[in-house]
Amino acid sequence: MPKKKTALRVNGRQHELALDPNVSLLQALRDLGYTDVKNGCEIGECGACAVLLNGTAVNSCMVLAWQANGAEIVTNAGLGMLGKPHPIQEAFADVGAVQCGYCTPGMVISTKALLDRNPNPSEAEIREALSGNLCRCTGYGQIVEAVQLAASRLQAERLAVAAMPTASLTRERVDEGSRSPDRQLDPKLDRGRR
Amino acid sequence: MSLPMFEIERPTTLGEALRILSEVKDSEPIAGGTNLIVDMRAGRHRPRVVVDVAALRDLHGIEVTDTEVIIGAATTIAEMLESPILAKHATVLVKACSSFANALIRNRATVGGNLVTAAPCSDTAPALLTLDAEVKLASVRGMRRVPLEKFLVNAFSTIRRSDELLVSVRFRIPSATATGAFRKMGLRKVSCMAKVDVAVMLDGDSAGRCTNARIALAAASPVAVRARAAEAALVGKALTPEAIAAAAALTAKAAAPRAGSEYKLRVVEALVRRLLAEAALALARGGSSA
Repeated sequence: MPKKKTALRVNGRQHELALDPNVSLLQALRDLGYTDVKNGCEIGECGACAVLLNGTAVNSCMVLAWQANGAEIVTNAGLGMLGKPHPIQEAFADVGAVQCGYCTPGMVISTKALLDRNPNPSEAEIREALSGNLCRCTGYGQIVEAVQLAASRLQAERLAVAAMPTASLTRERVDEGSRSPDRQLDPKLDRGRR
Repeated sequence: MSLPMFEIERPTTLGEALRILSEVKDSEPIAGGTNLIVDMRAGRHRPRVVVDVAALRDLHGIEVTDTEVIIGAATTIAEMLESPILAKHATVLVKACSSFANALIRNRATVGGNLVTAAPCSDTAPALLTLDAEVKLASVRGMRRVPLEKFLVNAFSTIRRSDELLVSVRFRIPSATATGAFRKMGLRKVSCMAKVDVAVMLDGDSAGRCTNARIALAAASPVAVRARAAEAALVGKALTPEAIAAAAALTAKAAAPRAGSEYKLRVVEALVRRLLAEAALALARGGSSA
């Protein structure tokens, strides 16, 4: 079976790969060393393998790597690392929303996708946005709290940045480079196909 | 666990996709992959070639004309949930989409995939049945339009031939007074397959008589079905609690759950009664959107 040339941009880094056609995006990412993308169920039930694919949260186990050819992918580690965590990751740690930790990268990705679109979600909206991410430890209470805390911190941060004089806007976060544009409803979608 | 080996084609035009499906033996379209990839991992489905149609422009978008709403087959459930066109003209379908699997799956799963798979528990099928939807199938031999009710044959079985691609699903814009309702019963609040899906659509005149009724079920029979006898029993009648109860009982007769799932008959009857009552109330208040 001829291998497929596949270009993936992961957390801002470009990879040119030659993959068998049957390699899932999950497998490709883990083989590249992005092991923060967890392999849970491989049937789209658990959300541990969630990544942002062109800004949309998807289960990477259900995407063929070649279908993602040319796409921009962000994993949990692309948002922030131990020395410089993303406010979402910090909130998960501060609230105690992490027990075994296996679901956390996927939870963080779904949270990022939610807050990019809806900076001030209700509890129902948070639970809906995390509906594809299973946690078998915490009972979800602290996870919801973590999302609320992250939302309020990110909003405070945006206000602080907005209050700064333009010349002093030098602050950058790790994810700025790889952040996809806010995925809002594409007006073209409803405009029809012609 | 890796997927079994297959070859993959990524056509850039609809014509190219149709040519591949026609010429290449054992080829199968893939879009969101939320059914096909799971089936391939489980060994239930072994296409030799998968044809990625997710990026074909002709299969995308939600369009409204003077008379119809047309949804591209590769439109995702998430895109349908966000569509102002569907919010205006087909809330019954939007409600079905909001109960569909979970947020991550909705970002990949497509309406075409949901219909072509023809799983007994399809959430979009019963809603689209109440809208009298038609599907459009394309092949190198040409196009054909088929009522969704005819398209769905049995569990995991449709009239689609192996060289055909489902390109769109369309329905007439419901009347301004038509009112729809949808309810899913599953084992959990979210991220579950339907145990029973019920969709209804009612329209009435100023005298409070029912002028049009649609009732459809999923997961309570091998494939989504309409309850035609129950619909016929409502048309021309006042939407009284007695008429609604009689229609609900008739709907249960249209259900055919698997052995051991006879409880679904009672669930169907109760859900249909409640949804018809909800829709009748909304109708009496002037009707909302469909």
